[in-house]
Amino acid sequence: MAIRGGAPRHAYTWITAHAPWSAWAWRNTTFTAAAIPAALPVLLGLTATVTAPGPGRLPPLLVLLLGPLLTRLQRSRFRTLLGLDVPRAEREGGRFSPLAAARWLRSEAAWRQYGYHLLVSPLAAVAGALVVLAWAFGAAATCVYGWIWILPTDTRTPAWSTDCDAVTVGGVLLLLLAPWLAALIARLDSVAAASLLGPNRARELERRVEDLAESRAGVLDAADLERRRIERDLHDGAQQRLVALAMNLGIARATLTDLPAEAKAVIDEAHRGAKEAIEELNNLVRGLHPAVLEDRGLDAALSGIAARAPFPVELTVDIAQRPGATVEAVAYFVVSETLANVAKHARAAHCRVHAERVPAAGGPAHGEALLRITVTDDGVGGADPARGTGLVGLRKRVGSVDGTIMIESPLGGPTVITVELPCGL
Amino acid sequence: MRAVIAEDSVLLRIGLVKVLEMAGFEVVAETSDAEGLLAAVEAHRPELALVDVRMPPGFTDEGVRAALMIRQESPGTAVLLLSQYVEERYAADLLATQTRAGVGYLLKQRVADVEEFIDALRRVASGGTALDPQVVAQLLLRRGGGPDPLARLTPREREVLALMAEGRSNAGIAAELVVSESAVAKHINSIFAKLDLPQADGDHRRVLAVLRFLDGTP
Repeated sequence: MAIRGGAPRHAYTWITAHAPWSAWAWRNTTFTAAAIPAALPVLLGLTATVTAPGPGRLPPLLVLLLGPLLTRLQRSRFRTLLGLDVPRAEREGGRFSPLAAARWLRSEAAWRQYGYHLLVSPLAAVAGALVVLAWAFGAAATCVYGWIWILPTDTRTPAWSTDCDAVTVGGVLLLLLAPWLAALIARLDSVAAASLLGPNRARELERRVEDLAESRAGVLDAADLERRRIERDLHDGAQQRLVALAMNLGIARATLTDLPAEAKAVIDEAHRGAKEAIEELNNLVRGLHPAVLEDRGLDAALSGIAARAPFPVELTVDIAQRPGATVEAVAYFVVSETLANVAKHARAAHCRVHAERVPAAGGPAHGEALLRITVTDDGVGGADPARGTGLVGLRKRVGSVDGTIMIESPLGGPTVITVELPCGL
Repeated sequence: MRAVIAEDSVLLRIGLVKVLEMAGFEVVAETSDAEGLLAAVEAHRPELALVDVRMPPGFTDEGVRAALMIRQESPGTAVLLLSQYVEERYAADLLATQTRAGVGYLLKQRVADVEEFIDALRRVASGGTALDPQVVAQLLLRRGGGPDPLARLTPREREVLALMAEGRSNAGIAAELVVSESAVAKHINSIFAKLDLPQADGDHRRVLAVLRFLDGTP
């Protein structure tokens, strides 16, 4: 319903669509004329207040009480006559109670609606009256030749015929113009109604953003929960069975010493296979969501990855208060993925991982603390986020919790990756 | 020697009983949770308790907490913890409770290598130490702040230190690194000198000293 004027092409289609002989002409006319009765209570109230001050406090009060009813009336006018649905403002109507009424009167939506009834509605009524008059005068003037004979002959001046020509032309023009006038008024009225009777768009967007943020957090949490469930299932199911199998094969290998060489080789092979499967499963589980992260937090979990790295890692973790589980999972993923990248590409001899909780960059107004993770390596540098799939995955995972990632990697090194995650999620 | 087992997976428990019997232990009690374990230790006063870290009802670190209680209340019982993942702080907690009895902390999958696992069982039961290489790797992880005493060690000395921290004897280290036992002894003396540790007798105490030093506590 927003007005989109400006483009000449648009204006042209609008003019042709609202031509006097179109159905729209009649709809708009009825609609604008209907503004008159709708505005009557307000007009009467205003007139009463102006002409009879003093005890005349009743009319404004009446308007105040009639507000919701008038809103409903106007909305119905738009819907039935124009086919336009003005969306309802938030939390309107419902069960009547003095408290609800007081809350309603204090709300910003209520005052926008009164603004419409007191300001726009009278203007629309006046405009509606103008349209009606335009039709009436136009019709009257167009058939001036038809009824001029009724007038007494002595009132006709010698110039009557030219006068009557002008009046006829004027009437036709007025008839042609009236629908467009009605369309213009209807347009203005509907724009005003949308912004005053409908919900506040900015407020609505804000609420939508809030809803979206909430649902995204829900999705992230659900994914995280799912990872934890899979990890637990693997741990308590497949992994235990594999360990038991490998152990039994180990027992067989240790006790059945007098077997033929081929049988021994088969047992050896099976034993090695089982151990490799355990190792693979461990790596898989680690990437999912390690149990140690859940039980003991980031410090413990990061020690694990740092210790497994194929180069010396210096680790400092300075987090007094644990961040949310989802953020911890992302932080763990960041360090794990970054160290894997360093091992694969950087040819580094040494790496430093630092995790700390810092106040938000936006100051206390922003509120939330940040979890900052810095990974520095002394490798060859040249890490390009545009190419490495690892870095792209990292960026996506960090972005999923509104985190930021900064990669400084000049050719020849050193590479510094800084990730900041909001702790609140 | 008598042993108790606390492990909630039945499959694993059956296997562990077999391995303990192979190693010459008599399994006097099997339980599946921490409470049962404490009761069994109280009742039998075994030489060794083999404990899974993750047990019902919480499935977090019940085993570690039970192990700490055993070391406090039954100092004659050695404890070997089995864990899905390693966490050096568990090891540090356990080692901090200094008793004559041995202590061990191994990844669960190490039981697959039966001979080595039996070695570790015997070592722990006789008052020694068995730490998983992954635990040692975490302990050797350089933490920020303060000068790094490990920086003074040669790579060979680091290897020796790591094996020492796992609880291996000089002979074990010599075999692992394919050097002579006297060479290992020389490395160890050099490590103690570089780390300013007075030399102590007995495997367990030297590991303790090394670990304490690595952990940063005096």
